[in-house]
Amino acid sequence: MLADSMRRLLADKLDMEVREEARLSESGIPSDLWSNLAELGVIGALFPETIGGFGGSAWDVATVFEQAGRALVPGPFLGTLMAGHLLAQAGEAELLEKVIGGELIVTCAVPGSPSASPNLQIESKQGSTRLTGALEAVEYASAAEYVVAVFHSDSSPSAVLLKLVQEGCTVRSYPMIDLGTGADIHLESVSVELLATNVDDIKTTLAIGVLACCWEAVGLMSEIFEQTLEYLRTRQQFGTPIGKFQALQHRMADLAIELEQARSSAINAASHFGSDPRERDRFCSAAKYSVGSIGQRVAEEAIQLHGGIGMTWELPLSHYAKRLIMLNQVLGDDDLHLSRFVELSTAA
Amino acid sequence: MDLDFSAEDIAFRDQVRDFLAENLPAVLSRKVESGARLGKQDMEQWHSILNAKGWLANHWPIEWGGTGWSVLQRFIFETEAAMAHAPRTVPFGISMLAPVLIKYGSEEQKRYFLPRILDGTDWWCQGFSEPGAGSDLASLKTKAVRDGDRYVVNGQKTWTTLGQYADWIFCLVRTSADGRKQKGISFLLIDMRSPGIELRPIKLLDGDFEVNEVFFTDVQVPVENLVGEENHGWAYAKYLLTYERTNIAGVGGSIAQFERLRKMVARASGATLDRVSNPVFQHRLAKLEIALENMKTTNLRVLSAAGSGNAPSAHSSMLKIKGTEIRQEIHELMCRVAGPKARPFHIAALEHGPDTELGSPHGLESVASQYFNNRKLSIFGGSNEIQREIISKQILEL
Repeated sequence: MLADSMRRLLADKLDMEVREEARLSESGIPSDLWSNLAELGVIGALFPETIGGFGGSAWDVATVFEQAGRALVPGPFLGTLMAGHLLAQAGEAELLEKVIGGELIVTCAVPGSPSASPNLQIESKQGSTRLTGALEAVEYASAAEYVVAVFHSDSSPSAVLLKLVQEGCTVRSYPMIDLGTGADIHLESVSVELLATNVDDIKTTLAIGVLACCWEAVGLMSEIFEQTLEYLRTRQQFGTPIGKFQALQHRMADLAIELEQARSSAINAASHFGSDPRERDRFCSAAKYSVGSIGQRVAEEAIQLHGGIGMTWELPLSHYAKRLIMLNQVLGDDDLHLSRFVELSTAA
Repeated sequence: MDLDFSAEDIAFRDQVRDFLAENLPAVLSRKVESGARLGKQDMEQWHSILNAKGWLANHWPIEWGGTGWSVLQRFIFETEAAMAHAPRTVPFGISMLAPVLIKYGSEEQKRYFLPRILDGTDWWCQGFSEPGAGSDLASLKTKAVRDGDRYVVNGQKTWTTLGQYADWIFCLVRTSADGRKQKGISFLLIDMRSPGIELRPIKLLDGDFEVNEVFFTDVQVPVENLVGEENHGWAYAKYLLTYERTNIAGVGGSIAQFERLRKMVARASGATLDRVSNPVFQHRLAKLEIALENMKTTNLRVLSAAGSGNAPSAHSSMLKIKGTEIRQEIHELMCRVAGPKARPFHIAALEHGPDTELGSPHGLESVASQYFNNRKLSIFGGSNEIQREIISKQILEL
């Protein structure tokens, strides 16, 4: 039901012009879209009732992100999901309520691995915590009032809440090549709030982020596949629809299989989300690896099968394909997750 | 065949290196190295430097300005130029039209057009594909009707690379509707300034305007601009396309780009170092390196078999497929090295190169753009699917 209403809203509000306008805008989000989505309960669906949401299960996250992928929506879904979960763990109920209501955007800077941790110096002075350093490529930071930044100091992760409009904090925003905006944030002894989260909270947050990316990828690749199928049925060369050529039919058949495998991997990850952390992370890595490698193949094949048209800006498919390929680089790519799967599968 | 460089080859290679060191402007090579977009002046500047040396048209017959180099020497030059980050030569005049004029053109056409290609007076573009004639090029519909001492051309071409810079366009046009579609095609040279020609740029997925649509409305073309015989254009086109294919395989360029990838890997630190140290990535890199080494030799074998001055054979289709796949994978691996840093889109760095504040010597800003732009390699120049048809029919005779 949420999927349907989300799909209808996005079909109504989004086209390539709107997306491009958003990408070049300050916030990176189509105007009013975020509050429309909040009204529909899309943001609330990402969080459990216990913390003011309407859902919050792995399946709810899957639903929202699959639809976001299907519609190629610019918006801080991932940042909201991860920041929101950390705010909830830290007991920041008031802020979270505003996030769920769509009035406040809090995005998240989470490194995909400890070595990806930003270089930040933290100092405690007279009861206040101050941060110096830089955060890179933080999604939708220019649309946000706060960023929840996770970083590793002395090999243990910490989370801080950073208010962006304050002295010493500069945000340099730019479009991302695929979708939306990112920003480099420069910090000079900036006051932040240390969030009361522990290692497990942060690991869970990372896992839910990975799960979300997997489902966005599934949505993207399903849409890409369907558009490609339609093209093969209509484009004529040599006096026939090119979908009649056996070579292309077999390639599409192979992609159809891989697509199902990708979806299954995401289902597995959602099903096992409640398991012990090791199992949960193992299935999440299996899924991220699967959608990453299959996604790249689907995206590249789709462009190829469209021929020259697939290379044009005008065709929405080319933008879907860019997003799917770049999504592989969010929260660790297929190679990283394959290695992680091996690590997690090796006896403890 | 003996692939070891002889003493003469090594001397030649050193001569090429010296020339490049002394004559390739640093501003230009830095732009090329970082993957920044080149402008018309950039490309023209390099052409004129090469032409002053007499090395621009190195595969032409000596009588028309060629160098008389062997296949191996041409390969050495291509590789060294790429390694020094020289711009790729714009192929349309030098490597695509010129061989056709040399083999099939009239003396007047050769005497008129070839020097103007060399000295940069005429920038050429290609009018082959149409919206309804991509893979099925022979089904092209742009019509040329003979009217006294001219042809009147009506129709539309698409995917015309750098048409916005061009002075002339070489076009495949339909001069007869009788019989098989291949039998009614002619090869016509058209001045882009002719009344009735309209150019419309096409934006590509990387945000740049590299190709165009070209519309022809009652364009008058002197009959002297017909190359060879009327209705024989398909044979000339096929001849031209074997050159286009080998060019796109771009083995020399791949060697240089692989070096750039290797440098990116060597400079890695932090999370990037983790990514490139991952055995999965290491295996990708190793397999690609092996494929490239193999390809260098395959390339030489195919070109040697054709012999100096001859068009590459149907085996050029193999070069096209493998060469483009390797080129694409090199840029895919660059994106993998860059990781999350591949996503920020800094247009300033792309347009001006590494001298802007955003530009890094690693050229990270450009890797995703180049990767996406390179998806065209397996599509244009005769898609890799068509190349497989050629291999199946002409080499394997299936």
